[in-house]
Amino acid sequence: MATLPDSHGRFGQFGGMYVPETLMPAILELEHAYLAAKRDKQFQQEFHTCLKQFVGRPTPLYFAERLTKTLGGAKIYLKREDLCHTGAHKINNTVGQAILTRRMKKKRVIAETGAGQHGVAVATVAAMFGLDAEIYMGTEDMERQALNVFRMRLLGSKVTGVDAGSRTLKDAISEAMRDWTTNVGTTHYLLGSVLGAHPYPMMIRDFQSVIGKEARKQILAQEGRLPHCLVACVGGGSNSMGLFYPFLRDTKVAMRGVEAGGYGIASGKHAARFSGGKPGVLHGTMTYLLQDEDGQVNPTHSVSAGLDYPAVGPEHSFYHDQQRIQYTSVNDDEALKAFDLLSQVEGIIPALESAHAVAEVVKLAPTMKKNQIIIMNLSGRGDKDVQQIARMRGIPL
Amino acid sequence: MTNRIQQTFEALQAKGEKALIPYIMAGDPSLAMTESLVLTMAEAGADLIELGVPFSDPIADGPVIQQAAERALRSGTTLRKILATVRSIRTKTAVPLIFMSYYNTIMAMGLEAFCTKAVEAGIDGLIVPDLPPEESDALYAAAQQAGGPVVIFLLAPTSTPQRRKEVITRTHGFIYYVSLTGITGAQLTDLTQVKKNVQAIQKAAKKPVAVGFGIATPEQANKVGQFADGVIIGSALVKTIASDSQSPSFLTQINTTITNLKTALSS
Repeated sequence: MATLPDSHGRFGQFGGMYVPETLMPAILELEHAYLAAKRDKQFQQEFHTCLKQFVGRPTPLYFAERLTKTLGGAKIYLKREDLCHTGAHKINNTVGQAILTRRMKKKRVIAETGAGQHGVAVATVAAMFGLDAEIYMGTEDMERQALNVFRMRLLGSKVTGVDAGSRTLKDAISEAMRDWTTNVGTTHYLLGSVLGAHPYPMMIRDFQSVIGKEARKQILAQEGRLPHCLVACVGGGSNSMGLFYPFLRDTKVAMRGVEAGGYGIASGKHAARFSGGKPGVLHGTMTYLLQDEDGQVNPTHSVSAGLDYPAVGPEHSFYHDQQRIQYTSVNDDEALKAFDLLSQVEGIIPALESAHAVAEVVKLAPTMKKNQIIIMNLSGRGDKDVQQIARMRGIPL
Repeated sequence: MTNRIQQTFEALQAKGEKALIPYIMAGDPSLAMTESLVLTMAEAGADLIELGVPFSDPIADGPVIQQAAERALRSGTTLRKILATVRSIRTKTAVPLIFMSYYNTIMAMGLEAFCTKAVEAGIDGLIVPDLPPEESDALYAAAQQAGGPVVIFLLAPTSTPQRRKEVITRTHGFIYYVSLTGITGAQLTDLTQVKKNVQAIQKAAKKPVAVGFGIATPEQANKVGQFADGVIIGSALVKTIASDSQSPSFLTQINTTITNLKTALSS
């Protein structure tokens, strides 16, 4: 397997740099700065020290014994990214990019956020590194993730609502790109997933691959063998790519990415790019995209704001077409049931995003043998979703 | 390859004039109005006309053009329908027509199919704001194959000397210089720097340079026209369309606006 992306930022036909000329010099500067940092021992040391001391890594690889018994099939291990500082894997990437921002001598960061987990992680590192931060968030997402909006503000960041289009993650990214275009000399765009123009998909994958590197070591230590299958939810695709990437050369390890099925694929109201999308260009990258026949981007739906996005990281598109990673989807109801199940059987309230991965495990584990192993990435904790769940169930808090 | 864009710039140069290039969003508020607007503007003195192809996620555009795209999409505008309108316009005027389209709408039609249909309909040039030279090989090849349209690239204040060279080599028709570091419809403040950059590009390129982004008034057009080969007026015009297109005297008003801009540009 050749190293991807290639020198043009491509994963096969996917990826690339589809941005306005005004941004191109900044994109090339970022690529240059990142490649230099990647080779720099001092950068790597600072990154890993920060992951250890500030984020709380390594996160445990937890054997979910009661869930395993309940489902009656494969042994289920959970990679506990929910235990990271700020409650999700997003912080791994924001720490890396914050150090890079300082190296590039920029004082301001901007970011988009859907569920608010990336926004909180950006606000956190901005406070820790003394950077100004402005976070764009769709007004619909601000409503369903009000708690995270408050957290970002507590941390000293400015949160700006985006009232255009579908008022979700997609529109927040567009607005952040417009801000970046305007303030490119002073500002770093701290993108939160393996999306956007090169070098973002590569760089964010590298930062997040700490998840898979740890998990691989841990499972070898705990079980003495590799897992049979990896499972993770896929919005933009950073937690899944972070887990999968270090296992790609282990050809016997199967991988499943779980997309948001929303109200069901047949309803058309979902965010399952590999069930109904086709290659297109959005937000700087060529990738599978939910669009109509005229190339207009389709509105998406998911109960989970973090998965509610019409495109997917370009590297996922590549491994989808290579059939190295299998992509499935679970709908809102299945995710909500899995949310309850993990809470009640394991005492872990998962993020609604991660609950999609749990729902896939619920289907998959019973079809596997008892000596087989699944590692599921529990990408975030569900505290942020508690209010929304209560509201959906008509329970006043 | 000579085409209407090149011929127009050559003719203007011979007369010592600068090109007025208005931008409107196709289908805002309707394609019938787009046709009337193009014909009115051509008659009033527009030298080339840019037609925006609406896209759901226009990252290079400010709120004015974003909302125009939303209105156009709501009125049922598609690239196919725009091409039909262009075909009809082309029977009535020879004014050079340039599409400004995000890459995904072109990709969805297929690059070869798009170029072939665009040329057939009478489109002369193509600006793709999210397609830097690095990613343009496929479109470039498709346009060569179809015999057009010419691909016009943008340069910005942030462009490095090396990128300038690359864009100058690749672009045909004219070079679109983005006057400010920002999105369409922003406020243009520093004309001295614009002048310096445009003159440097002109010297290196020996191709016409038109300036866009942030030019709204006849006075600004006049100032930029002192050094640039053409001036692009977008958001200011789109704003007028948004507020006044229902008025019975709307086309007369647009005629006056274009006449005033052209007069200011020529003086």
